[in-house]
Amino acid sequence: MTGPVIRAEGLRKSYGDFAAVDGIDFEVAPGESFGLLGPNGAGKSTTMRMIGGTLDRSGGTLEVLGMDPAEHGPEVRAHLGVIPQQDNLDEELRVRDNLVMYGRYFGLPRSYLLPKAEELLAFAQLEAKATAKVGDLSGGMKRRLTIARGLVNGPRILLLDEPTTGLDPQARHVLWDRLFRLKEAGTTLVVTTHFMDEAEQLCDRLIVVDRGRIMAEGSPQQLIREHSTREVVEVRFGSDRNAQVVAQLDGVGERNEVLPDRILIYTHDGEGALEEISRRGLHPVTSLVRRSSLEDVFLRLTGRSLID
Amino acid sequence: MTEPQTRAAEVDTNRLAYSGTAPSHAEMAARARRFGVWYYAETVLRGMRAYFWPILGYAVGQPLLYMVAMGVGLGALVSQGAGAVDGVDYLTFVAPALLVSTVVMSVSGEMTYPVMAGFKWQRLYYAPVATAVEPGQVALGHLTAVVIRFLVQSFVFWLVMLAFGAAPSGWSWLVIPVGVLSATAFGAPLQAYAATIEDEGFQFAFIQRFVVMPMFLFAGTFFPLSVMPGYLQWIGWISPVWHGTQLARLASYGADVSATMVAVHLAFLVALTVLGMALAVRVYTRRLRK
Ligand SMILES: Nc1ncnc2c1ncn2[C@@H]1O[C@H](COP(=O)(O)OP(=O)(O)OP(=O)(O)O)[C@@H](O)[C@H]1O
Ligand SMILES: [Mg+2]
Repeated sequence: MTGPVIRAEGLRKSYGDFAAVDGIDFEVAPGESFGLLGPNGAGKSTTMRMIGGTLDRSGGTLEVLGMDPAEHGPEVRAHLGVIPQQDNLDEELRVRDNLVMYGRYFGLPRSYLLPKAEELLAFAQLEAKATAKVGDLSGGMKRRLTIARGLVNGPRILLLDEPTTGLDPQARHVLWDRLFRLKEAGTTLVVTTHFMDEAEQLCDRLIVVDRGRIMAEGSPQQLIREHSTREVVEVRFGSDRNAQVVAQLDGVGERNEVLPDRILIYTHDGEGALEEISRRGLHPVTSLVRRSSLEDVFLRLTGRSLID
Repeated sequence: MTEPQTRAAEVDTNRLAYSGTAPSHAEMAARARRFGVWYYAETVLRGMRAYFWPILGYAVGQPLLYMVAMGVGLGALVSQGAGAVDGVDYLTFVAPALLVSTVVMSVSGEMTYPVMAGFKWQRLYYAPVATAVEPGQVALGHLTAVVIRFLVQSFVFWLVMLAFGAAPSGWSWLVIPVGVLSATAFGAPLQAYAATIEDEGFQFAFIQRFVVMPMFLFAGTFFPLSVMPGYLQWIGWISPVWHGTQLARLASYGADVSATMVAVHLAFLVALTVLGMALAVRVYTRRLRK
């Protein structure tokens, strides 16, 4: 297929008067890794569930592999691997049985599922837990099992809703690596996250969503270039003095952002800005120069911090 | 687990992405559309496997207890007084009714709290509906698994009846499908109702006391419905237990039930089952796609 694998136009979901998703348009190309970045309540999960046809939409058009998921649910979902935000494993069943039973929902025969389950256990690094009850797994292990389960039908599109929540740093990196290799093998990834590093690592292209609307779209680098400066200086003067000092920082960088605990100065030359600050006789308690991230893009676009 | 980095290298993601022997995605969808009900039933049955011995113990123990109590205890007393009831000894009279009553009472357990577990406590229903299986199939799959359980339970009950000589007719095996049909006539609408409950399910205790118990006590189980005053007989008429009991008595010892009444009993039980199933499919679809 050369056209987009997912196409949304004016996609909406309302609960009563409240619009959880408020008319969004996007397309996902085959083999692409597409991200939805946004704070809590932005409408990411709602969008994901509409793509999978597990949530009825209130308006707009939606096509997944050329089909409307609301009408051709089974046909669409046979191509999808759905990793929901909340694990919904069968806690009474054993780890391996969870994978096998889930595969049965796609009409897959046991002769296929038994070896497949071993593959997936290796993927999730859970070989040693194959016969444990799911209820006895740690949170991170359950998460890995949920992700592995989503691969049982060899999906063309993986819908990952906050995939690494609850994973330790090492497990996160292993997972990113594996997702990357799935992508190389041709799987399309749709990922929601509120971790900037995850979005930067995983996504070719992303939309920044807030209050059900798209605020910006592009590759992580593009977004940073368009909506932020190259570098950021973070200075702290103590929480009571930050607001007072900010007036004296005018013109040091292109613009300032005052957060409760620090001031961010957006500039193309971080070291130069630091020198200018001390030339003005200001002595921050701590200071730090770093590169701009998606966090800054988000702050710029919404006036809010991503992690609130 | 100890060396995630090295393990990572061993996973063949190419195979994970495209496993050669799997059917096409279109074929997966087609199979799920055809057999999705059964796929979900498999999961429920798999869960019941963990409780195999308790379930079997219950299936055997309950009829045994009833038979001993009714045959030796109450039966002796009744036989001393009335001689025969409906032309047979008391145990033969009461046994098919007890079969129907016990499966209907068991279904009131199977189609209440487990339904809440599916929607709320363990959210078991949410995994299958993100696959090629549809919510309506989950509803019917759950019911199918329960039906299979009651086929076994009715079969065991029938064996116990035979062992006590309480099923004289050659057609007595028909009490098995009658028992299952009575269970679905009550169970399917109950499942649909349970699926509408959003809170903790306090209603179920009420149903147990004020719906299930009266159905059991006033549905001609222990004495013919006709000996009750007219103003109480309606309870029997609206109760699947009575309709099932009449059919079970016909099967078990050839009780005097006219062809018309056989049709009425069957129609009542089938209608409730079908109505309940249709409602359950609707409620499940709405709730799981919300
Ligand atoms: N069933 C519902 N009824 C009413 N409002 C809902 C319902 N489900 C979601 N919402 C609202 O829709 C909005 C979007 O929710 P959604 O779960 O899509 O957010 P999200 O971007 O995934 O957030 P998070 O990062 O916390 O997962 C929220 O304000 C939420 O309260
Ligand atoms: Mg979410």
